[in-house]
Amino acid sequence: MRRYRRTAFLLLLPSLVLVAVFVYGFIFWTGELSLTNQNDLFVPQVRFVGLENYQRLFAHPRFQIDLRNTLVFSLIFIPGSLILGLFGALLLNTGVRGEGFFRTIFLMPMALSFIVTGVAWRWLMNPTSGLNLLFDALGLGFLKSGWYTDPAVGIKAIALAAIWQLSGYTMALYLAGLRAIPRELYEAAEVDGATPWQAFRYVTFPLLTPVTLSAVIVLGHISLKIFDLVVAIAGISGGPAFSSDVPALFMFVTTFQANRFAQGAAISIVLLVLVSFLVIPYLYWSLRQEVAE
Amino acid sequence: MKKRAKAWGIGALLGLLIAGLGLAQGGKLEIFSWWTTGGEAAGLFKLFELYKQKHPGVEIINAAVAGGAGSNAKAVLKTRMLGGDPPDSFQVHMGHELIDTWVVTGFMEPLDEIFQKNGWEEVFPKGVLELLKWNGHYWSVPANIHRANVLWYNQAIFEKYGLTPPKTFDDFFAAAEKLKAAGVIPLALGDNGIWASTHLFETVLIGTLGPEGYKGLWTGATDWKGPGVRQALETFARMLDYVNPDHAARSWDQANDLIIQGKAAMYIHGDWANADFMAKKFEGYGWAPAPGNYGVYDALSDTFGLPKKAPHRQEAIWWLELVGSKEGQEAFNPLKGSICARTDCDPKLFNPYLQWAMERWKTDTIVPSLAHGAAAKESWLAAINDTMSLFVTSRNVDQAQAMLAQACVDAGVCK
Repeated sequence: MRRYRRTAFLLLLPSLVLVAVFVYGFIFWTGELSLTNQNDLFVPQVRFVGLENYQRLFAHPRFQIDLRNTLVFSLIFIPGSLILGLFGALLLNTGVRGEGFFRTIFLMPMALSFIVTGVAWRWLMNPTSGLNLLFDALGLGFLKSGWYTDPAVGIKAIALAAIWQLSGYTMALYLAGLRAIPRELYEAAEVDGATPWQAFRYVTFPLLTPVTLSAVIVLGHISLKIFDLVVAIAGISGGPAFSSDVPALFMFVTTFQANRFAQGAAISIVLLVLVSFLVIPYLYWSLRQEVAE
Repeated sequence: MKKRAKAWGIGALLGLLIAGLGLAQGGKLEIFSWWTTGGEAAGLFKLFELYKQKHPGVEIINAAVAGGAGSNAKAVLKTRMLGGDPPDSFQVHMGHELIDTWVVTGFMEPLDEIFQKNGWEEVFPKGVLELLKWNGHYWSVPANIHRANVLWYNQAIFEKYGLTPPKTFDDFFAAAEKLKAAGVIPLALGDNGIWASTHLFETVLIGTLGPEGYKGLWTGATDWKGPGVRQALETFARMLDYVNPDHAARSWDQANDLIIQGKAAMYIHGDWANADFMAKKFEGYGWAPAPGNYGVYDALSDTFGLPKKAPHRQEAIWWLELVGSKEGQEAFNPLKGSICARTDCDPKLFNPYLQWAMERWKTDTIVPSLAHGAAAKESWLAAINDTMSLFVTSRNVDQAQAMLAQACVDAGVCK
């Protein structure tokens, strides 16, 4: 037994060291950097400045817009993907013909990189071509929009592209979840005289909660960290008046274009804190589940 | 036993490999740039060709990273430089982008000896030598000069409405009003990359403050909170009333397409637009200095420098000598669509616009471009770009002026 434990430890050691250095070490380093005045490639006297970078950050008009954009994006993207995914899964679960074919089609966008999706949607949502032309041809001119070039739309247009890409993924999750529900439960419900809606509301829906929760975690951290989709659609400037800008983009520009490393580190730490709001309760919840089992 | 023999074999092979690498180190040159398309790549390859003729033994490694205005390349370069793995020489904009990012921070070698040996102090204009200098030393070799403050116009439209290139802002607004009434887009803009708006604003700053007032912005001599900057912001806001509504969706070259298609009448942009006209086989364009910019040459330049830790120093010095030579500049610039930084190039090699620019280069007052890294360091430029992103939509003059003033303080130039 002891021997096994030692072997296991030795085998784990390399990855433990790598994770300790390259994940936790660098997180710590970033945190430390964010408290200094290292806001240039070369600073003659590096010193701690406390929370100055954070104060500046929260006072910055661009960062305020970014936080609001993240909220708007999440509120459209997460429910949008969940509802579309659930809807698709329910339809496919009725046993339509060619289920495998449709499943593949809906899941395919997830296999694409955000850059590919972004370029395609950038063309689709170009105000003088793409979707607007289609709407015109169909007599649906009222649907026309400036999309990502209209400051009033901005991030909402990006959220549409993201929904397109990830609703197939939530569909696959829900489909697996639906398949895992024992048939007997529906039979029992039927015996008790439940309508199809009641069966969905009181059997399907509660039993899908774990799936929904995992999906929210995955989608939630995507929406907090989104970067490539925004760059591909709205460009590195984040659209007019930062209407499509997100914190990750601001971090990139601050760090790698403006050389304000400490300021960029502060943005990263804020992002980390936001993501941990999402991940820590989830870890807590899933660990508790395991113990209960 | 067998295993051990195998291990020895592998060891020997590795040894040979390392030795081989060592030998190959002798003749190499790694050049880092963001020249990957069209005329710029053609110009770069022409230089490589000339280099190979002079130094046949040297293997050239082309480390180019794609992306407009070098936005991606600069990030890659930063990680390489900070990681102690610099290329032998790299493309960098003349002025503060080079000085504040790499020279002040101690990453570069001074090039005074190369300048003296090649007699470059006589052939480069004074305005350029000033921008290359810091602390009494030269730090990079300019390959070319682009002009940023040019007004491009569609000749057919100008003839149809009886217009002449506007010399002042008043002329500009009169012409713009006339065009707007006729249903023509007066001014093309493609600020999908916000630098294009900063670029337009910079020509308005020059036109409002004059060359000395504009230069003073970067030294603290001109007050960012003063009436001049305020007036420039107001003029710029008024100009934005006349641009194509889909400007945020277009890149700079897609804005140029509006001129080519006859949808827009004017375009205030750098002279790479000229190369774009030629590449797209369009001849019905004319040019003039941007409104209020007569007698001023708003310049930017791609230069090459020598990093302290360059692995192939001698090969890099040969490269710099070629880049600054008459032969090198005459080969590179007609392809790149820019003029020589030297004043002794043969005008016959260049197209009519470039000949015009060469004349201006000798007589105009030279000022450094903001949007293209010459006037201010990168963090300052990023802050001004941020201001423009908000201003183009909000047109809030008070907020923009306050942000510009703060950016100058943050840059350590204003108090």
